[in-house]
Amino acid sequence: MTPRRRTPEPYLWLLFTGGGVVAALVLPVVVLLFGVLMPLGVVDWPDAAHLRALAGHGLVRIALAVVVVLCLFHAAHRLRFTSEELLGIGRFDRLIAVVCYGGALAGSIVAVRMMTYMS
Amino acid sequence: MTREMTGGMTGDTRADAYRPRRDRLWFTRSRGYTVFVLRELTSVFVAWSIVFLLMLVDAVLGGSLPEFAALAARPWMIALNVVALAATVFHAVTFLNLAPKATVVRLDGRRVPAWMIQGGNHTAWALVSLLIAYVVLRS
Repeated sequence: MTPRRRTPEPYLWLLFTGGGVVAALVLPVVVLLFGVLMPLGVVDWPDAAHLRALAGHGLVRIALAVVVVLCLFHAAHRLRFTSEELLGIGRFDRLIAVVCYGGALAGSIVAVRMMTYMS
Repeated sequence: MTREMTGGMTGDTRADAYRPRRDRLWFTRSRGYTVFVLRELTSVFVAWSIVFLLMLVDAVLGGSLPEFAALAARPWMIALNVVALAATVFHAVTFLNLAPKATVVRLDGRRVPAWMIQGGNHTAWALVSLLIAYVVLRS
């Protein structure tokens, strides 16, 4: 029996799936409220103090960090394969993977720092 | 995900191997391919939505919510977010519908039908959306 080579692919697919579910459940309503309805004046912007209190809540911060990290890795994983298929650059998979997951990692660090920073 | 669709990426290294020319516009050749690519491209807007969310949180924590609101109200920003809304909804519908294909759930030896899993997913989507809207908008 030949020893199986260890590969990070299953974990990347797991992050992709988890991120896909979180993105599906959370993002449409966030974009609808803050990106469309409030800017158009259909719904009033909430009180700044109310949003501040909300963002200061521990559970909300943990949820935000989880949402950001999972969604970024979901997007990175999909972008990796989309760019390779669309542009025919699959031979550069290693480099593309590093750029995609590296970007997701950088965004995750920014988000986690933001959520752990006490204000 | 589906490398076999694009062709020409097999590991055959023989010099005399036949390599068909790559079709650069393969995604325009059938409706199925086009929808597939559109669905994959929703990831760009998932990433944008996260950037937008982080900008919002930063503005809330930093006390610059009015400036953020002014930026969000610019016509190009609203246009961008309308596209992002369409993309994230498209992602949500297709991704939640995919679940029964990825996992087979058996209860009492019978396979739980796809519509039940999909219905459960869409119910969860509606509940989470309502919860978020309630928490954000209650005053």
